[in-house]
This record gives sequence, C-alpha cells and structure tokens, in this order.
Amino acid sequence: MLPADANSPVWSWNLVADFQQMWSFPFMVNAFRAGAVVAVVSAVVGWFVVLRRQTFAAHTVSAVAFPGAAGAVLLGVSAVYGYFTLCVAAALVIAALGRRGGGAEESALTGTVQAFLLAAGFLFMALYKGLLEGPQTILFGTFLGITASQVTVLAVVGAVVLAVLALVGRPLLFASVDPRVAAGRGVPVRALSVLFLVLLGAATAEAGQITGALLVFALMVIPAATAQAVTARPAASLALAVLLAFAATWLGLIAAYYSPYPLGFFVTSFAFAGYVLTRVVRALHAARGRVGAPLSAKEVAA
Amino acid sequence: MNATAKAREAGTAAVPVPREGGHDTAAKAGGEPVVALRDATVRVGGRVLWSGVDLRIGAGEFTAVLGPNGVGKSTLLNVLLGARPVAAGEVRVLGTRPGQANDRIGYLPQRRSFDAATRIRGIDVVRMGLDGDRWGVPLPFPVARRRAERERVAEVVELVGASAYAHRPIGQCSGGEQQRLLIAQALVRRPELLLLDEPLDSLDLPNQGAVAALIGRICHQEGVSVVMVAHDVNPILHHLDRVVYLAGGGAAAGTPGEVVTSETLTRLYGTAVEVLRTSDGRLVVVGQSEAPAVHTDRHAAPGGGRAAG
Repeated sequence: MLPADANSPVWSWNLVADFQQMWSFPFMVNAFRAGAVVAVVSAVVGWFVVLRRQTFAAHTVSAVAFPGAAGAVLLGVSAVYGYFTLCVAAALVIAALGRRGGGAEESALTGTVQAFLLAAGFLFMALYKGLLEGPQTILFGTFLGITASQVTVLAVVGAVVLAVLALVGRPLLFASVDPRVAAGRGVPVRALSVLFLVLLGAATAEAGQITGALLVFALMVIPAATAQAVTARPAASLALAVLLAFAATWLGLIAAYYSPYPLGFFVTSFAFAGYVLTRVVRALHAARGRVGAPLSAKEVAA
Repeated sequence: MNATAKAREAGTAAVPVPREGGHDTAAKAGGEPVVALRDATVRVGGRVLWSGVDLRIGAGEFTAVLGPNGVGKSTLLNVLLGARPVAAGEVRVLGTRPGQANDRIGYLPQRRSFDAATRIRGIDVVRMGLDGDRWGVPLPFPVARRRAERERVAEVVELVGASAYAHRPIGQCSGGEQQRLLIAQALVRRPELLLLDEPLDSLDLPNQGAVAALIGRICHQEGVSVVMVAHDVNPILHHLDRVVYLAGGGAAAGTPGEVVTSETLTRLYGTAVEVLRTSDGRLVVVGQSEAPAVHTDRHAAPGGGRAAG
C-alpha cells in the first residue's frame, strides 16, 4: 500500500491538483487533520518544555509511549489508549519523584525506569508476533491507517490540553521563569508543575502517534527551540513555534506521500532544517551586529 | 496616613514627593508604622534564632538589616511576608497580620540570575510582576486597561533606568542590569513596602553604588518603605534612615550612628568589637584578634577586607 510502488503519485507543482489528489484518499485527509492537531498541541506544550528546561522529562514520557502502544496492541485495544495511559502515568510518576526534590538521583532513577519500560515494550512486540511491521511504526511514526475516530480522540484531547494551558498559561509562565517570586505572589508553583507534566504526557501521547515515540522531539522541542531562538517575545515565539510545527508536519506528510521514505524522517528533517537555518542566520547576524548594535528597543519603550 | 502614602494612592508615583525632614519622620509623627515587631522571637528547628526583637519602621524609611551569616536576616523578611510564624511576640505589617497584605509588598528574593539561554525579555519579566499571577489569557478587548498596564511597565522600567536594555533577552543583561529589572518587577504594582534580600550581593563596586542609590531614590522620592538585608552597610550608608543589627540572638535598632558603634555591637556580640571610621566615612567592623570564626567569614560582621574593599 506504500504509494511508492507501481503507479506511485507524482508531484506536479500544481498545488491544487496535488492536494486534490492526496485528499482523494480518506486516510490522507485523516493524516493531515491529525497532523494539524498534533502540531499545534505539541508546539504549544513544547514551548513551555523548552522554557522550563524539562526536555529530559519529555524524553522519558515519550520513551514510555513505546511500551504503552505495544502493550495496548498486545491486549487487543487501540494503541491510542496505550499512548495516553502510559504517557500520563509516566508524567505523574515524574511529578511524584520531583516532589521528593532529588537532583542527580532522580534523573538516574528516571533513566532506570525508562530503560526497563523500553525493554518491556520490546517484549510486548515479540509476544504479539502479529502482522504489525514490528516496532518500527511505533518508534518512528506512520501516517497510514489513521482512522476518523482516532482523529476525533486527538482533537478532543488536544482541545482540552490547549484550554487548560490557556487558563493557567500566565501563572505557568511566571512560575517557569521566576519560581520564587511567583510563589511569593501566591502562584501555586508546585501544583502547576504537576499539572504541566500531565499536559506534557497527553501532548506526548498525541505527538507519538504521528512522529513515533522516538521522534516526538521533532514536534515538541525543535519548533519551540527554533522560535525562541528567533524572538524573545513570548507571544510571538509561541505563535512561531505553532507555525513551524504545523509547516513541518504538513510538508513531511506531503513528502512522505510522494516518496517511499518514512514520515518521521521528513517531519524531523524539515523541523531540523528550520532550526539549523535559524542558528546560521543568527550567527551571521551576530557577526554583523558587532559592527553596529541594534537600537530597535527604544521606540517601544518610549 | 502620611502624605507620601496618600500621593501614592492617588497614582502619582512618578511625581517626586518631598520628604518631611530628617530621619524617623513617620515614627515621630505618630503615624502607624509600616512594620512593627514587639518582643518577637523566631525559632527554626527548635533553636531560637533571635528573640526579644523590638522594631518600628515608619512609612518611607530606608531600613537595612545587618548582621553575620546565618543570624536570621532573611528569616526576618520571611516573617514579614507571613511565610514563617513567630514563636512569641507580635508582628504587624502594613497595619495587619503578616501575610495579609502581601499584595502591597514588593519582594526581591536573594540573588537570583537568569542564565544566558533564558529567552524572555526583561520587560516581560517586569510585566510578570504586574499580572503574572492572573489566570486566563489576556483578552484583547479591555484596551484601556491593557494600555494602562503597558504604560505602568514602561514607567517603572524608566524609573530604574533600564529602558535601554529592557527589550533585550534578560539572560543577555549584566548582573547589575538584571538586578535593576528585578527591582522594577518588585515595584511595578506600586507596593508600599519593598523587601530586598541582599540585592547588592555579587555586583561589582560601581554597580553596588548605583543600585544602592537607585533604591535610596525609590525610597525617598517615591515614598516606598524599604527593608533591605545587606552584609555590607557601606554602599547604602548614606541612604539609610534606620539599621537593624541582628547578632548573638538579639537585635539593636536605630539610626546607623546609634547602632553601628563599638558599644552597641560589643553588647550584641557579647565580645569586644570595634567600629572604625575611614577617612571617607565608611565603617569597618573589626572583631577581636581571637574572635570566633563566624565573625571572620566573608559575610560576617563586615570584618576588615570586605567592608574596606
């Protein structure tokens, strides 16, 4: 069923015709819909992940998505539920460990549990012996076979995550940047941290279904890191992160449709290309900036 | 209520309010003190940190909390914030119990800095002091209020002299620049009382002087009462109205001239301490040659090199 076989579609540069052709397949429509939802949700959550420097927590949660999906498949239920159950559970475990306030020990413990869970996922795959293409799909993502009901689950969970973030966004930003003063102002720093980890679990479970468990960072971290490198304005960089994640996902879907190569590779590569480009432009800008310092700050301050 | 507080309530913080004379204005005028401690005792882990502390701080006064390391200077600020209860005695802050009036207090915790990777502008950090604890997203329609908030942030940034770099990522600002922005953050809600925990720590000497002058100006022109923990009195000496010296489980309060003297400190420490005055008016506190080790570490009763440097 891979489009690259026999009469594989050809990119025509006529965008309307191309999209009409891609969207004549219901599974591609579902893929684009799911991709859009996942891109927006993981970019917004990822923006806070990068700001809070919780990429290790995000990595652990995403690694746990693998045994979650594999276990669900083994039990005969949809992998979607496996993703959500284990990702949110992992987030809660990290939150509980964090409450004890350990530094090095905590990350070592997290790494230990993570390794065991990955091994468990591998065992589930071996036990299943089914017609799945093996662990590859769960690890590196796919756009084939996304059902309409899956899209609905993604959209509903995504809407809840975004709604909660909209509600707690400002205090969360305060607590992320300046926890002690935020606590002094009555912001429930500790509760927000736990809540954010749960949101992170849900968003990771979403992203994992498009990019695969191992490439969650493609949508979670790279767009946010790129956006924060471009601008230090919170609203602007948040919007830019969403835009970048969305572009990487849809471009990745198009590229994967017209080529025999996997989706996860394309999404990650497009996001990575954006990041590299930004760093290069910034380095060039900094090199030039040493001659004449920018003075754009004045006008807004006045 | 005195004139400075009234002026602030009218929202004219930018207008300099003339002081009504020398030290202890409000206390002598009989107005309600901003901070009042009566026979206060604080216990930490079963150990009495300090006891029998009496203190009255009037509106618009600049008070320094001095003393060696670990004596409970930061704890005093926590008591004023209501974060730590007193074991005995009475504490009143802004006319109410500690913790009840925290929205009228600006608090700057002990030295915190943003590393270079922090991609948030200084002005955003200041803005968080204004509405960072509010839930929900800022709605686009109450335009007048948003404009007022933006103007307030710009005004307070101007007040601390940070306009030139407030739009840079705060991680790329120097220590002194970050400290000014953090002071602006603490000031943005027009607090009546500003609690500062070692704001001059790890700043170089010119910046120490500049930030100390800034705090003095905020205190005396804007009429904000300031309680500042410091381990070296000299950068702030000229701006101070009042000193609280914590040592040996007790405290001495009064004007710098009354407190930072050989007699008072000798009584507090329970050991011979000498206060020397340099030719340019700086104070150097010197313990006996065989003074206990606690008096000779970096933060201690500013012994020799540190204070003189």
